Amino acid sequence: MDKKRRKFLKLAGLAALGVSAGKYIDIIAKDTAHKIPLADSLSNTKLPTVKVNPKNRWAMVVDLNKCLVDEGCTKCINACHKTHNVPDIGNPKDEIKWIWKESYENAFIDQENYFMKESLEDKKVPIFCNHCDNPPCVRVCPTQATWKREDGIVMMDWHRCIGCRYCVAACPYGSRSFNWKDPRPFIKEITPEFPTRTKGVVEKCTFCDERLAEGLEPACVEACTTKALVFGNLNDPNSNVRELLKENYSIRRKPGLGTNPEVFYLV
Amino acid sequence: MYDSGKILIGIIIFIILVTSPIWYDLAFGNPTIKPKLVLPTGEDQKECVMPTEYMRHNHMELLNVWRDDVVRNGDRIFAAASGKNFEMSLTKTCIGCHSNKAEFCDQCHNYLGVSPYCWECHVDPKTVEIK
Amino acid sequence: MIELALKGTKKYWVWIFFLSAIILVGVYFYSRQFGYGLGITGLSRDVTWGFYIAQLTFLVGVAASGVMVVLPYYLHDYKAFGKLTILGEFLAIAAIVMCILFVAVDVGQPLRMINLILYPSPSSILFWDTVVLSGYLLLNVIISHTVLEAERKSIAPPKWIKPIIILSIPWAISIHTVTAFLYSGLAARPFWMTAVLAPRFLASAFSSGPALLLIMVFIIKKITKFDPGHESVRKLGLIITYAMCANVFFILMEFFTAFYSSIPEHIHHFQYLYFGLDGHNTLVPWMWSSAILAIVSLVFLLIPKYRENEKVLVWVCAAIFISIWIDKGLGMVVTGFIPTPLGKVVDYSPTAPELLISLAIWAIGFFIITVFYKITLSLRKELVT
Repeated sequence: MDKKRRKFLKLAGLAALGVSAGKYIDIIAKDTAHKIPLADSLSNTKLPTVKVNPKNRWAMVVDLNKCLVDEGCTKCINACHKTHNVPDIGNPKDEIKWIWKESYENAFIDQENYFMKESLEDKKVPIFCNHCDNPPCVRVCPTQATWKREDGIVMMDWHRCIGCRYCVAACPYGSRSFNWKDPRPFIKEITPEFPTRTKGVVEKCTFCDERLAEGLEPACVEACTTKALVFGNLNDPNSNVRELLKENYSIRRKPGLGTNPEVFYLV
Repeated sequence: MYDSGKILIGIIIFIILVTSPIWYDLAFGNPTIKPKLVLPTGEDQKECVMPTEYMRHNHMELLNVWRDDVVRNGDRIFAAASGKNFEMSLTKTCIGCHSNKAEFCDQCHNYLGVSPYCWECHVDPKTVEIK
Repeated sequence: MIELALKGTKKYWVWIFFLSAIILVGVYFYSRQFGYGLGITGLSRDVTWGFYIAQLTFLVGVAASGVMVVLPYYLHDYKAFGKLTILGEFLAIAAIVMCILFVAVDVGQPLRMINLILYPSPSSILFWDTVVLSGYLLLNVIISHTVLEAERKSIAPPKWIKPIIILSIPWAISIHTVTAFLYSGLAARPFWMTAVLAPRFLASAFSSGPALLLIMVFIIKKITKFDPGHESVRKLGLIITYAMCANVFFILMEFFTAFYSSIPEHIHHFQYLYFGLDGHNTLVPWMWSSAILAIVSLVFLLIPKYRENEKVLVWVCAAIFISIWIDKGLGMVVTGFIPTPLGKVVDYSPTAPELLISLAIWAIGFFIITVFYKITLSLRKELVT
């Protein structure tokens, strides 16, 4: 090819790259000009005004002696999945679940015991994300689409998730589900106030952060009629969860892995 | 330049193809169709979260800021310039007033050929049956 | 130099069109996957990484293997590899492109992949994998372009390329180490969480990559006048032998640790692979085939009479390539998930769309290799005449 033509094409290519790079820099630059300070008086008290308090450390205690999941109770599962538009895909390959019942020996697989306490034999337990203190899923996320909030909740950002499923591989508890297809057709009753998700992102329990912002307890806790699920602040030495943990023997799932799960089970 | 005849013809064909939407519109398009926005009429729906001029140009940016504030910072309250506080929510606040997406949002979006994918996740209550 | 790839024999064009047809089929099925979601594959809630990521893992090894010809030539002045280094670099480029494509088809929201750059996450090994793989691609593109340009002008390559080539040597080691780190740091998957995973990856890479290079060199030798020379083939055969010894040794080390310790968490994965677990034995015939191919190849490689017989060597290389492809791909990636962290045994087998998309990506890789090798060989033929 003619030397001048080659040079021209190379320059044109670089120029095109330069122009598009400028556009990317615009996208990357964060827009902080629109932050307006909160007004002193809040006119509408129905607003979710509770902010993230870094002094809190949210945790859950599951009292297996009170839980009726063995008798077929699924109130916590129904409440969670309805509030959050969790689809019912209907097959174990593509299923999505934020909270579900698992057999005791699978949930606590590292605590093998041939001769168990009778009440625990063949028992089913409700399991969900443990919101670990040292979460391996957060460590591996390449876009920080999942991160640990200051009050301890391991959050999900469904706008940022690229669906690489590294977090699913890293979770030792199987708490995370991936949307293998569009979930909307599989949601029986959509709750419009909460978004659905789209295909290609990972989802899990987020301790109902949208309800916490309104000062409410998580949906599963509210739905449980036997008060088997107790949600509270571990950093408050007088909280309900701390009292329960002081007075009862509790276990956690796979404690030896160093993930420091914040869901305690009273056996 | 070698093959200058073929190259020139190629360039002309390219220009015609690339500008074809303009020719098509001039020939078959209806220039009188304009977006017809239906504004909310309720008593407490007179005022948007930001002035209209701002919203017309920047509502996408505002939504992006809201998205990051709510999801990543846990901050859900937006203080409008008027002093009123709103919850930063597409479905609850925006669609709460502009309840008919087809008569409002879609008017401009369809006219410009824009399809924001927000609705893949965020719910437009009119399209789902609430039991 | 691209004009050299636009002129070829009938066989060349038939090959190009054959590859293009496979690519088009894959593009069609990918568009179906893009519309429906990854549910079109055989992946499931429990086995979330499968065939695509298996190919990625294997191909990072093939990409890294270019270093086996580059290191002796540039660091030890081993002149016999002179004709092969650029072929190794082109193989690396094709392999990395395939790796990137396999990631792109495996990710749930491919249009958001720019988030990897917009929100760098140094604690995530996947972030570092993106960095080192892109860097290695860039290095090899610069190196191969510069060296080939210099060859075309019949002059020595510019001096500044030498440190870049030297950099590519530890960088090649790093790409496969980082890829191994993706797996070996996960407490959730005891099958992967072994310190020997990175050395295993490197050993298998340095046997399977050069094996592929040798196979391609033999094919080129048959259809063109290109002759790498007996010494380079013998040396490469020797390198493959040592690497394969290390690879088999490492696999046997894994066996010992798992079975002697009797820890169920560790044993179960190996049982699933080689003997079946709870009635699930999809991978058993594959793993035994891989093992037999590996042992038989090693025996032939260790006997000089066979290793130095080029007719035997090409088949041994094919056996090694297939054996490691099975072991590193399906064997390693899928088994990390089976049994699940809750102890369940779940089966996985790729679906037809998944396989056709993967085949298309392999075809893209071979397309790149074909075009680059055609350019190189046509250039060298022109220089001779």
